[in-house]
This record gives sequence, structure tokens and C-alpha cells, in this order.
Amino acid sequence: MTAGTGTHRHWLPIGIRAERRLETPRWLPIATLAIGLLVALLISGALIALIGGDPFLVFRHILNASFGSLGVLSDTLVKATPLIFTGLACAVAFRMRLWNIGAEGQLFLGAWGASAVVLVPLLPPGVSPFVVIPVMIVAGVVAGALWGGIAGWLKARFGVNEIITTLMLNYIAIQWVRFWVFGPWSEGGFQLSEQFPREAWLPRLTDFAKAIPDFAGLTIHLGFLIAIACACLVWLWLARTRTGYEIRLIGDNPRAAHYAGIDIGRMVILVMLVSGGLAGLAGMSEVSGSVHRLQDGFSPGYGFTGVIIAYLARFNPFGVIVAAIAFGGLILAGREIQPAGIPSMIQGIVLFCVICSDVLLRYRVRLVRR
Amino acid sequence: MTDTTVPAGMPHMHVPPVHADLAVAMTGIVKRFPGLIANDHVDFDLRPGEVHALLGENGAGKSTLMNILAGLYRPDEGEIRVRGGVFEPDSPRDAIAAGIGMIHQHFTLVPSLTVTENVLLGLDEPRFRLDLREYGARIAALGEHTGLRVDPDAQVWQLSVGEQQRVEILKMLYRGARVLVMDEPTAVLAPQETQELFRTLRGMTESGGSIVFISHKLDEVLAIADRITVLRRGKVTAAGIPAAGRTRPELARLMVGREILETIDKALVTPGPVVLEVRDVRASNDRDLEALHGVSLDLRAGEILGIAGVAGNGQTELAEVITGLRRCTGSIRVNGTEVANRPPRASIASGVAHIPEDRHGRGSAPNLSLTDNLVMKSYRSAPISRGWLLDRLAARRQARDLTTAYEVSAPSVDTEARLLSGGNLQRLIFAREISTGPSLMVAVQPSRGLDVGAVATVHRLLLERRGAGAAVLLISEDLDEILAISDRVAVIYEGRITGIVDSAGADIGELGLLMTGHAASDEVTAA
Repeated sequence: MTAGTGTHRHWLPIGIRAERRLETPRWLPIATLAIGLLVALLISGALIALIGGDPFLVFRHILNASFGSLGVLSDTLVKATPLIFTGLACAVAFRMRLWNIGAEGQLFLGAWGASAVVLVPLLPPGVSPFVVIPVMIVAGVVAGALWGGIAGWLKARFGVNEIITTLMLNYIAIQWVRFWVFGPWSEGGFQLSEQFPREAWLPRLTDFAKAIPDFAGLTIHLGFLIAIACACLVWLWLARTRTGYEIRLIGDNPRAAHYAGIDIGRMVILVMLVSGGLAGLAGMSEVSGSVHRLQDGFSPGYGFTGVIIAYLARFNPFGVIVAAIAFGGLILAGREIQPAGIPSMIQGIVLFCVICSDVLLRYRVRLVRR
Repeated sequence: MTDTTVPAGMPHMHVPPVHADLAVAMTGIVKRFPGLIANDHVDFDLRPGEVHALLGENGAGKSTLMNILAGLYRPDEGEIRVRGGVFEPDSPRDAIAAGIGMIHQHFTLVPSLTVTENVLLGLDEPRFRLDLREYGARIAALGEHTGLRVDPDAQVWQLSVGEQQRVEILKMLYRGARVLVMDEPTAVLAPQETQELFRTLRGMTESGGSIVFISHKLDEVLAIADRITVLRRGKVTAAGIPAAGRTRPELARLMVGREILETIDKALVTPGPVVLEVRDVRASNDRDLEALHGVSLDLRAGEILGIAGVAGNGQTELAEVITGLRRCTGSIRVNGTEVANRPPRASIASGVAHIPEDRHGRGSAPNLSLTDNLVMKSYRSAPISRGWLLDRLAARRQARDLTTAYEVSAPSVDTEARLLSGGNLQRLIFAREISTGPSLMVAVQPSRGLDVGAVATVHRLLLERRGAGAAVLLISEDLDEILAISDRVAVIYEGRITGIVDSAGADIGELGLLMTGHAASDEVTAA
């Protein structure tokens, strides 16, 4: 019976045994995250070495190019700003196990809504920025929220899978913006609108260079502060309010939430509106704070990167800020190293390793002698 | 057979077993889980042709021990011999190759496949072409031979629970099992089906097979077992004692280490006005088949109405339509307010508390804290709700008060609910539901899977509600439980109430017949 079917399968003297963890210590999520990042670094390093690069040189270059001086740090934060918004948008939805992967489309709609204020124009020219900016924010949020709300309503009312609808709505939103920048709002036949008037620009640090000369050239804009504020609000919402509690309850066990008397359909719509609104804000902040016009393809997939950011942050709003800044740096440095290829592969490897490291959260892994 | 007679309650004397004569010999088995020792130097042996009962409370280590034998766990220490040879299984596949088959409490059948397909599932043979008719005939012949008759072409979802269990047994026999481990096999069966199972098991032992019968039900163990091994907190308290001549109190003492009070004090309560009025309710189950065919009931304040029936006869659906979790036709009034087809919140607001059947899947949020779990029904109102905001201090205060009052033992109110044992989780659910001050309490299988101590608490809490003037609807498959604490018993069979009787003086045999649809219904409804 010892022989049996057992022996021939074990060609290694040592095997791996995984046992389910009964308890998760508080430090464990951070430790597993660190392990995941370390492994990602090793694999990326090996990859760089394989194609003939010096991993240490490349990593140092990445650090320098993204955090090495005030100037590049400002650029990194500019890149991080839309990622914070889209990361929050995804984190809020994912908390309720609502898989909104349509932040990209909601971002485009938000940008379109904000642009419409200037380009239609909805406000007469020459109005104070203290009016224009808030109106643009509201327009961006509402447009993004409604775009997300469509998927929410379809899910709540007919049980349509939100993964499919949000994914498909992305394409419509992107083409919708394309239609406007190629057609009605096109500047001289190019696929971009005219530049927004100055009162529609989110203030940047460089705008205050006259008063404080050190700010010259720093393009970080008000959108970053709004993003930080949003992260705080989202945290407060989830941790301290009734609806936040309901979201956490639905996310952990929808059947228990239903039993507790929560109207899940209503919450699905609400959360999709909020999620879409946050993504819409990303679009608004990007066109008003950075691009200063609406143009085709102004987002290199910020909405999709938001999914990654939310996962890296384990759906924690403050974690989203950290992950977004790290990714902002990686995007920026990536352009320095290579226009495409390795930097995005590193991004993929990081996400892959972090998601795999989740196994360590749930299982205790041991090596056993055969 | 020579019995190694050990007086009950005495430390077990080690008699070196003659390995070759034994179907299974487990010696000195130790299995540790983080924070507890599930098996602490356990010895267990099984002779050919016997039914050996493994008796113990929940968490005593019975299933762990047998999971080790079935190759699901590896022991940390100890030796297993099967028919004399050392046996170190790495998987259930190794165990079945050695002729050991385990039948778990939750069946492992694929509902949409036929009996034949289920029996063949996972086998290496046939290698390529599957001639269902040929294999069906073989399985039918095996069933005929062993008395396990099932239609090989039937799809599993069409079968009753008892028939599904037969398929599980057939699966093991087809794989050549000579040792059958059955984990609480009667938990899902009606009394008649249990009798039938016992006849089957007897037939198998007569042809030389051996059976390990895991249970915590004393009557069944006394009825079927040749020998009994009792486990208490991972240790053996009686090793292979002969079953003949044992009494219930004796076994109960071995199991829990104290005399169980089997009689329950039931104070006299005069029923008040009607609280729950169910009229001609019809509802479908999750498969869209009608599960309730016109149920009508009345339930008064200060009264416990037990709903007896075998699982799957509409009990779950009945509880769900009353608590607003399922749509229906007909009328359901609680204190005069219509709650049928209203959202669950309406039912909560009109004073309905619900102890759900599925404690983990519905009654709690496993990864949220005890506090979050305890405020699930009260977070909408003061003091926990302050407008939009939740008062976390008030929530924690309430959680601390409730965990103390209901003896939910946990490190703190921030502990995640999934870490609670079954009894603790059920006390938490009771604490939450009672804290809303309900006038109607719907309790579904409230003591299922709990140990003796926790069961007693559940019964005490239900009787306290009755004493406090609440109406209690107790849905349970445990007829003893229903008869012990209900004032009246309604039997449900295939979505119909087939009879309502006073529990005092009710005849178990007659109820058993009603529960299986062999209704002499006219006699009983008259009662």
C-alpha cells in the first residue's frame, strides 16, 4: 500500500504543501506586497539582463527619471493625477465586487463634458475662472457618472453583466470624442479642438512663477490636490458612513446584505454613478489641467491602468495614491528608456506578481520532505 | 470475534491489535491545526464485517480522523495499516485504491449528469469510447446485488436525497471499496430512509465489508453499530467498546464529559393574538419549480410552531417568503401588515427576525468584523446611525454588550466573523436578531451542526423569546428538537402542510409517515 500510486509521481525529494490560513496578521498584506514587488523586480531585472541591458543601471535610471529632481517629480505627479482618479473609480466599484472596467470610457465622457462647457460654449467667453472651473468639474463628473450609470442601471434592472457593458461602452465613448474632435470641434481639420482659454485651465505651480521663481516649469496642477481630496472622501465614505458600510457588506457577502434589507440594485446604480463620476473627473482634470484641449487619444489607457492601480492598492483609497504615483513614475521613466516594450512589460510583471502574492495571504506555504 | 472489553469511562488499555485480521488499524494518530490538536494520539481499528461507530460532539475530531484515513489530510504522527500493510495515502485516489471510500456529508455529485456518468466520473476507464448502456447495465447489476436500487439513466437532480446517497455509495462500491466511511449519513434523511440505509449497511457488512459510521446521534449509533469509539476534544474516551447493552446516558457522558439534561423546562405560556397569518402561499424554488403549493398557517404570540419535514420540501422557501427574500403569491400578514412580496427591509421593520439556515452564506459577512456583523439589522437607526454617518463607538459599544450577554467568545469585537466556531457564530446571529426586539422569529435549522452545549443555548433562547411574548416559527429537520420545544407541529411535505398537531402527545411514527408522504392525512388533519 505504501507503493501504490503514490511514489512515481514524486520525482523531487521535497514537495510544497499549502494549508489554508485561519488568521491573517495585520502585517501580512504589506509583507506579501513587498515579496510580490521583490519578485517582480527580480524577473524584470532578469529580463533586462537577458536582452543585454544592465538591470541596476536601468532601475537607477528609472528612479532618476521619475523622482530624481523637483522637475521630474512634478511630471510624475502630473502623470499620477488621472491614475489616482481612475484607481479610485475602480477601487470603489471593486469593493462591492462590481467589475467596472469602463473607467476609460467614463474618463473620455468626462473630458468631453468638461470640454463642452468651453467649446459649445455653455458659458459666455471671459467669465471668471472661479465660475468656469467649477462648472467644468460638474459637467465632467455628471457626464462620467451617467456613462457609468448606464451599466449600473442595466445590471440592477436586467442583470446584465457589467464587465461586458462597461467594456463596450469604452469604445462608444472613445469614438464619440473622436467624432467631436474630427468634426464639430476640429481645429483646422486636425483631430483636436482649439486650445481652451486660460480661464478654463486648472492653475499650475508654474503659473505662480512670478511670485515664487522656484515654481517655474512645474506643471503640477490643481487636479492633483483634487485627486488627493477625493481619496480622503472615498475613504471616509467607505469607512464611516451608512452607504459605505452597505458597500462593504455587499462586497463581502451579497446574500447577507440582501438579508440585512439592503436594496442591492439601488446600491449598484449608486456605486456605478460614483465610480463613473470619479473617472469623469480624471478626464476633466486631464483636459483642463494638462492637455488644455480635447484631442483624440489624449489618454494612453489611464482607465485600464486604474484597474491595475486599484488591485495594487488592494482597493484602499490611500494605497491608490501610492500605487498611482509609482505607476506615474514608471510611465514617465518608460519614455526615457524606450518608447514602448520593456516599461509596459515591467508594469505587467508587477501586477502579475502582486496578484500571485495574494495566495500567500490565504495559504501558509510549507516545504515538506517526501 | 473477541471483544476487547473496556469499561466505559475507563482509560483505554492498549491491546496490541493483530494487524492482519483488521481491515484498518490506526495507531497513535496526531493531527495538529494552528491553535488546536484535532487528534491527540488516537487509536482506531476496524474489523472486517462490522459497523464501527465514531461518536463525538462537533469538533471532537471525528471527521479529521477519517479524512486522514481517506487521504485528505496527512497525520503529523502515527501509523495506519490496511489489512496488515502500512498505508500512507497522499490523496483520496490512493485511499480508494486501497479499498477505502469516504462518503461526505455534502454529496459530490454532478446534478446534471446521469447516475452512470456520476459513477464513472474520475475513473480511468473507459479510456475513450463511453458506452453508457453497457456501463449502466453493470451499475444496475451492482445496485441489484447490493440492494442499492437506482435508475442508472436518471439525472442526479431528479433523485431524492436518499437516492443520491445511494449513488454515492454505489460510486464507492464500483471502485472496489471494502471499507466505507460515512460522515453523518442520516443528517439529511427521513426516518424511513434511515431505516432503509441501515438495512443496506447491514447487507454490506454481511458480505464482509466494513463500515465506519460517524455520528453524534446516540439512538442511531445504538441501533446500527457493533462497536463504538468515542472522541472528546481530540482524545479517545472509549475505544471500540461493544455497542450491545450501552445506554444513551452512558454514551452521552463519554461524549461531553457531563450528564446532558435531556428534558427541557417549558414554562406555561398562554398564546396571545395571532402574529403571523399565512394564506394560500405559493412560491417557486431557485430552479423555477413550484416549491410551495398553497401553504396556510397561523402563529400566535407566545407560541412556538415547529415545521417538521425532510430537507427540500419547501421549508427554505417558506422562511424566505415570510422574511421578504423570495417572491410569492398569496398573503402573509405580520401583526396585520401585509409583508408578502415586500422587500426584506419591510419585513425587518414589521418586527420579523430571521435565523437563516445558512449561517455562513447568508447570516454573516465572513470577512467583516463582529461589530459589522452585529449591527447588520440596527445600523439604520440611532444610536448607531447619525444621519449619513455611522457612530463607530456606539456600534462597538453595542457589539461589546451583545458579545458579553450572549457569550460569543472571540478575542475582540474587531475579529473577523469567519474565525468564529459554529456555536459562537450562531450565538452572534441570535444576539443580533433578538436585539431588534422582534415580534416574530423565524428560525431555520437553528441547531444544525452545533455541539450539545450550543444546541441547549439555542433552545433556551428560543424558549425565552416565547416567554417574552414573541411568536416563533421553528423550521427543523430534527424531529426530537421540534417535539421538545414546540407547542404545535406542522408537517410539510412537497410544499404542502400535511398535518398540524399539538406536540404534546404527538406520535413520532405517525409524523415520520407524514414527513415521507405516506400520509394517512385525513386522520391527522382532523386532530
